[in-house]
Amino acid sequence: MSVSTVEIANAATTSPFDNRTLTASGRAMIVAASLVVGVALSAVLGGVAIVRVVAIAAVLHTAALYLASLRIEGRRRAIDRLMTSVVTGSFVLVLIPLVSVIWTSIDRGAARFDGAFFTETMRGVAGAGGGAKHAIIGTLIITGLAAVLSVPVGILVAVYLVEYGQRNRLSSMITTMVDVMTGIPSIVAGLFAYSLFVIFQGPGARSGIAGAVALSVLMTPVIVRATEEMLRLVSNDLREASFALGVPKWKTIVKVVLPTAVGGILTGITLAIARVIGETAPLLIASGLAQDTNLNPLSGRMTTLPVMSYYGYVAPGFPPEAGYDRGWAAALTLIIIVLVLFTAARVIAKVLQPKGFR
Amino acid sequence: MTNENIAEHTVEPMSAADANTEHRITVRGLNIFYGKFRAVADVDMDIEPQSVTALIGPSGCGKSTFLRSLNRMHEVIDNATVEGTVQINGVDLYGPKIDPVQVRRKIGMVFQRPNPFPTMSIAENVLAGKRLNQRRIKKDEADQVIEQALRDSNLWEEVKDRLDAPGGGLSGGQQQRLCIARAIAVEPEVLLMDEPCSALDPISTLAIEQLMLQLRRKYTIVIVTHNMQQAARVSERTAFFNIEGTGKPGRLIEMDTTEVMFANPTQQATQDYVTGRFG
Ligand SMILES: Nc1ncnc2c1ncn2[C@@H]1O[C@H](COP(=O)(O)OP(=O)(O)OP(=O)(O)O)[C@@H](O)[C@H]1O
Ligand SMILES: [Mg+2]
Repeated sequence: MSVSTVEIANAATTSPFDNRTLTASGRAMIVAASLVVGVALSAVLGGVAIVRVVAIAAVLHTAALYLASLRIEGRRRAIDRLMTSVVTGSFVLVLIPLVSVIWTSIDRGAARFDGAFFTETMRGVAGAGGGAKHAIIGTLIITGLAAVLSVPVGILVAVYLVEYGQRNRLSSMITTMVDVMTGIPSIVAGLFAYSLFVIFQGPGARSGIAGAVALSVLMTPVIVRATEEMLRLVSNDLREASFALGVPKWKTIVKVVLPTAVGGILTGITLAIARVIGETAPLLIASGLAQDTNLNPLSGRMTTLPVMSYYGYVAPGFPPEAGYDRGWAAALTLIIIVLVLFTAARVIAKVLQPKGFR
Repeated sequence: MTNENIAEHTVEPMSAADANTEHRITVRGLNIFYGKFRAVADVDMDIEPQSVTALIGPSGCGKSTFLRSLNRMHEVIDNATVEGTVQINGVDLYGPKIDPVQVRRKIGMVFQRPNPFPTMSIAENVLAGKRLNQRRIKKDEADQVIEQALRDSNLWEEVKDRLDAPGGGLSGGQQQRLCIARAIAVEPEVLLMDEPCSALDPISTLAIEQLMLQLRRKYTIVIVTHNMQQAARVSERTAFFNIEGTGKPGRLIEMDTTEVMFANPTQQATQDYVTGRFG
């Protein structure tokens, strides 16, 4: 940089406590210079594209700011600035896929995000038209059933681990098994559920309940872990206060411990639901693809939004655009459902959370 | 349920003479363990009914441990066990047919740190013991219990306008008095207090001390305190515990009326401790 240090730094003073700092105009100059060089470099590298310019400018800016700061402000401030740049950069980097996914889903899902999409099914639809009513209902039924299966089990297991199984053999076995379950690939859960129901219903049996069982295999360990954490956070003082009033242990757990932890447990359950609501692979195997609404989870194929989205791309029909558009609209619907779930959990947790403390 | 007598769960019948009149606690040969570690050894003690008994002694000598063994709270801790007998009205609390839950309904406890239930309002906190133990209480009866317990614990005037506010929103001293209200709302016969004022300012401490002086007409009170003046101010009898060294069990050194314990105790260790020449 050819800018002299005198222009961009405050004049040095005699007091040892006074800092020579980069002025606002100095900062602005570095930003401007980075951008200019960024545009120039990206032109050389193959055309001015906004993404390329910003990326190059960001790297240049980080380096230039560090060097200028090192010259003028000294080592400590320079490292501080470098770290601030790196941390901010990482944050933006992480944000990019999130924003990109949401934006792409909105952009491409909007085409079919209409009334018909929510009121019609895919029955008899070969090309354009049709809707996702059956898949939305299927998603709600299968995920809901999975939650019904795994929430009570998960909470009870966590209660056992925290309140009863103090470091005994059984509880350490359970903990290990829960850890192993956390690592089960979702396709394996799907195969498990499929083969389980084949035993009862014969080969090729696909149903909503089989999908729900597969999802609950994935959900339960998440719920156990989250609930366990929250129960351990409940102060022992509260349990003792309750015991000292002559309240039996089970009632202490039900009326004191669980209510105190309910906010966190709900958040954990929501996370677990969010984790499985977008599962595709196990449901392809266990629940299959249906074109029409199926309200009976016990028999017959049942489709969910991710599965519909998947088939929208794998077998789009003719013209293919119609299938693609439905696939994106299904993805967008799924994202909205998850966002609604998270918001609801936040609100409920806020309402139920212990009041008056700090 | 609450008024069910502990004695109904035991084989040996209560002697009719002292039934429900006095609640003298008789401790004999009490040894208290954490796993293999013996924390308190060979305590014999008589605790007078309707009076305040103070437990004093250096840190780690087992005062809290001893206090918690009086209402079977000790065994809540993993591997914690008790040997010996604690009799109230001649009924051994550690007898084979005694339900520890029933014991705790009769012998209430206030802890060092105030611990109101965070999910409950002030009123619900006071009612917690009754609500959690009984099926239902009528609205007017509940109101009466709340007011009485809060008046007894000197908190009524401060909170009567915000009974539905969360219990955690009170100051530390108010929270401690709320915990006392919660403990006395279940109408225990004995109240155990483990350093109830150690987290409190002098004014709240004074309030709780006055409270103890009132409560002793109704309840048998046992209080652990590190504050000699407090022991002198509130208690009729004082017990001094001591410990020979780390790893050794705490023992009851001597017990007498508070005046004697502070003026001319028989043991040198007691003399040293109450005059601050300990260690
Ligand atoms: N939960 C526990 N597990 C194992 N040992 C314990 C436990 N609680 C206390 N102890 C031990 O028992 C002994 C007595 O402890 P206790 O808490 O009764 O002392 P204290 O007289 O109340 O002391 P302080 O005045 O500091 O409260 C100590 O040696 C302590 O380390
Ligand atoms: Mg103690």
